[in-house]
Amino acid sequence: MTLSAGQSLRVVPSSALVRFLHRHEGWRGYLLMAPALLLMAAAIIFPIGMTLVMSTWSLSGYDTVTTPGLSNYTAMADHPMFRVLILRSLTISLTCTAFTVLLCYPMAYYVAFHGGRYKALWMIVMTLPFWTSYLLRVFAWKVVLGYEGVLNTALLGLGIVQEPVSAFLYSQTAVTIVLAHSWAAFALLPMYVSLEKIDRSYLEAAADLGDSPARRFWRITFPLSLPGVVAAFIMMFVPTVGEYITPAMVGGPDGMMIGNLIQAMFGPMNNWPAGAALAVVMMLTIGLAGLVFVVLDRLLRR
Amino acid sequence: MARYTGFHAPNHTLAIYAAVFAFVLYLPILFIPIFSFNSGVYVKFPLEGFTLQWYVNLLGREPLKAAFWNSVKIAAAVSVLSTVIAVPAALAIARYRMPGKAPAVSFMMLPLVLPGLIMGVALLGLLNRMGVTLSLVTVTIGHMVICLPYAISVLLPRFIGFNRSLEEASADLGEPPLRTFWRVTLPCNYPGILACVLMTFTISFDEYFMAFFLSGPKSTLPMYIWGQLRFPQDFPSLLALSTLILLFSFVLIFTSLRLSKVGQTAQTGALK
Amino acid sequence: MISVRKVSKSFGRVQAVQDVSLEIRAGEFFSLLGASGSGKTTLLRMIAGFEAVTAGQILIEGQEMQDLPPHLRPINMVFQNYAIFPHLNVHDNIAYGLQRLRLPKVDQARMVDEMLEMIALSGYGMRKASQLSGGQMQRVALARALILKPKVLLLDEPLGALDKQLREQMQLELRGLQKQLGITFILVTHDQEEALTLSDRVAVMANGWVIQVDTPAGLYDHPKNRQVAGFVGTMNFFDAVVSVHGQDRVADVAGLGRQMLNGQAGPHGNCAKVLVAIRPESLVLSSTEPGPGKPSVPGKVEARQYLGGRQILHVAVEGRATPVAVSTFAHRGEDSWAGSEGRPVWLTWGPEAINVIDPD
Repeated sequence: MTLSAGQSLRVVPSSALVRFLHRHEGWRGYLLMAPALLLMAAAIIFPIGMTLVMSTWSLSGYDTVTTPGLSNYTAMADHPMFRVLILRSLTISLTCTAFTVLLCYPMAYYVAFHGGRYKALWMIVMTLPFWTSYLLRVFAWKVVLGYEGVLNTALLGLGIVQEPVSAFLYSQTAVTIVLAHSWAAFALLPMYVSLEKIDRSYLEAAADLGDSPARRFWRITFPLSLPGVVAAFIMMFVPTVGEYITPAMVGGPDGMMIGNLIQAMFGPMNNWPAGAALAVVMMLTIGLAGLVFVVLDRLLRR
Repeated sequence: MARYTGFHAPNHTLAIYAAVFAFVLYLPILFIPIFSFNSGVYVKFPLEGFTLQWYVNLLGREPLKAAFWNSVKIAAAVSVLSTVIAVPAALAIARYRMPGKAPAVSFMMLPLVLPGLIMGVALLGLLNRMGVTLSLVTVTIGHMVICLPYAISVLLPRFIGFNRSLEEASADLGEPPLRTFWRVTLPCNYPGILACVLMTFTISFDEYFMAFFLSGPKSTLPMYIWGQLRFPQDFPSLLALSTLILLFSFVLIFTSLRLSKVGQTAQTGALK
Repeated sequence: MISVRKVSKSFGRVQAVQDVSLEIRAGEFFSLLGASGSGKTTLLRMIAGFEAVTAGQILIEGQEMQDLPPHLRPINMVFQNYAIFPHLNVHDNIAYGLQRLRLPKVDQARMVDEMLEMIALSGYGMRKASQLSGGQMQRVALARALILKPKVLLLDEPLGALDKQLREQMQLELRGLQKQLGITFILVTHDQEEALTLSDRVAVMANGWVIQVDTPAGLYDHPKNRQVAGFVGTMNFFDAVVSVHGQDRVADVAGLGRQMLNGQAGPHGNCAKVLVAIRPESLVLSSTEPGPGKPSVPGKVEARQYLGGRQILHVAVEGRATPVAVSTFAHRGEDSWAGSEGRPVWLTWGPEAINVIDPD
């Protein structure tokens, strides 16, 4: 048997919804995105709204007082500890961000321009550790930097130091190093992407016009890769400023950051409103830093 | 006249730098497996002797077993659920012109730039206020929020690279959207989708912040490790456990990254 | 059969298709011809249902189709890149659309075999898409669409990816297939030769508008404006001004002098600025001055383009910046125009050579 002409014509009395969706592509898209969007809305907007509200509450004894007030914020302004912690978090985070970006740029450059056919493999190698347990990577550093750890015992064995150096672990330097190491992939990726995108013919044109390799780099490659550098700054700064596992593991008392205090407020100290207020301050800080970077980015792109 | 060396002439300084960089990147985690086979209780050089006792030591620990299965259950649920949600979202982003798409996508990517700590305490505050009892379910939800941006970022390039006219041909030949997905989109994109499942599984399996705040009485594997860190005599066993987890994660992630690359070349190959 | 009524499509602020109305008859081979960005592909995709219309109606046998998703339309399409499913073999590709009809497996197999025979690929059923050549993929794409016996087959630049020889062979096959099956074909192409060879009628599109719908001969002989004339074949354009003297209309043509106009279409008023278009093959070249009675103008050969069976001579004439293109046959052996550069010549033409069209 064969089909008679038009057998495939099924004039289905299609529903108004089908017709509406066919006409409106945007609605079709949002229908497909709806589960993801709803989950994200529920898990971002409401909790953060809740945090904002909670930050205006206060604690009286063990009871939470839900009358709104700014006592948590005024306490933060009054108490120097908060300022110290916030400033320290910013310092640590900015330092490690700057170092990481600086150290990762040549790496990203190497892969983008000299990676050849191993580019993809290089990127896998560079990002692979990042996907594995963050906790374990910090743990590994504890093994390396500890008082009786790899570094100290090695230095002792080589006779470079006479007794173990305690400064390796439990210091701000340790926190900075470990943060830089753990989040390197976040800095590497955006810079790699922006370097990879650079049209090689620009460089060939510059060479043709008599620029030396160094001049080519500073006049073309570097300016064109700046958006990636800015993105690397944001990607690095935001998660590190809110960090608390690393300071808790390798920071010691001097290396505590704002994140540790927030964790403590929600944990052992059991002062959620104060913790919420700290979280709000942290979000504002991140938001502000993000804004600075976005403005920088805009200026660079012009 | 100077010989023109070209643009892609090997740069030895950079190559050495790259090698050192990669070495340093992996150096700390290399010590974990090394010391996990060391018979000494203390993690220090010189190594004392080879042993498997720390691995044997892990066997028969009930809390560890429980934590492991909790992590597996959560990771399995998270990987499947977030992939199921991310696939249509990524398809919509790749296929449709819609007003407000860019802000909507940025919004969904927000957990990438929000510190896990903030997400954790904020969700904790809300759930607590709503009177929800913390359990593995709340951890699963928390992990889905974290995994979704990654899932979408893994899938999106595959779907954008996927020859759209294949789906159109299927619709044109009379198949409704769901069957088109089943008969064309899925079989042609399974490496990418599998990569997404593996990646979200690993992220959830290794995640600590959300689990710490949202898990209630039951603990996950990272929480178990965190808890055991207080006991120095247990350090070598933790190294053994960490070695196993790292190995597992590395295999999963490597497979995932390879799969998504393979998927891409297969697609472009089919396109000629 | 297919009515496109006042259909428009905009993407944001870009108007891709503007107020297009077409009537396509049953069994017709219809082409949409235009440069890239002319809106022809968007129009085809709206007929297929891959794009929704912004305004207007699309009817098939009187039934409104514009709001139906593609899987509900009695239309099948051959895609530009063939869109052969890479994960299925040839047989399963062709049988793809049969599955939902729930036919017995045996019938399905026989229908596919018939199709394979029709496209001369019998025995290729088990091959993977990656093992096929471009021309074979093209045939499989055709078979996959035709097995469903659609009322309308859409073809989106179906031959664009093939080399010239194969393309010409496929053109003949397509035309034969269409006549044999009697299905309405709508072809999108940017290749004017292809459109003229294959079609019963052609719609020329530019900037989202349909400029002219006509038979190939109609388009060639009576282009409506400069765009159509320039797009279909080569054309010499001359600026001209019309003046009316009683019953007679006369045009003062730059480079050709004063011409009588008898009955040509085009703007007619006094002092109307028009464009006179003459095909290169409508001009006749002679080395000696022709006698009176026929209009003629002297010139000088500037360049010669030898094209095998014919040649184009570019002749400079007074009062005109660009040389006039004249096409003549190149006879084997006695190549009288070889090395003719610089030679004085005379151009003559018959009254039917002159087309008067809108200047813009």
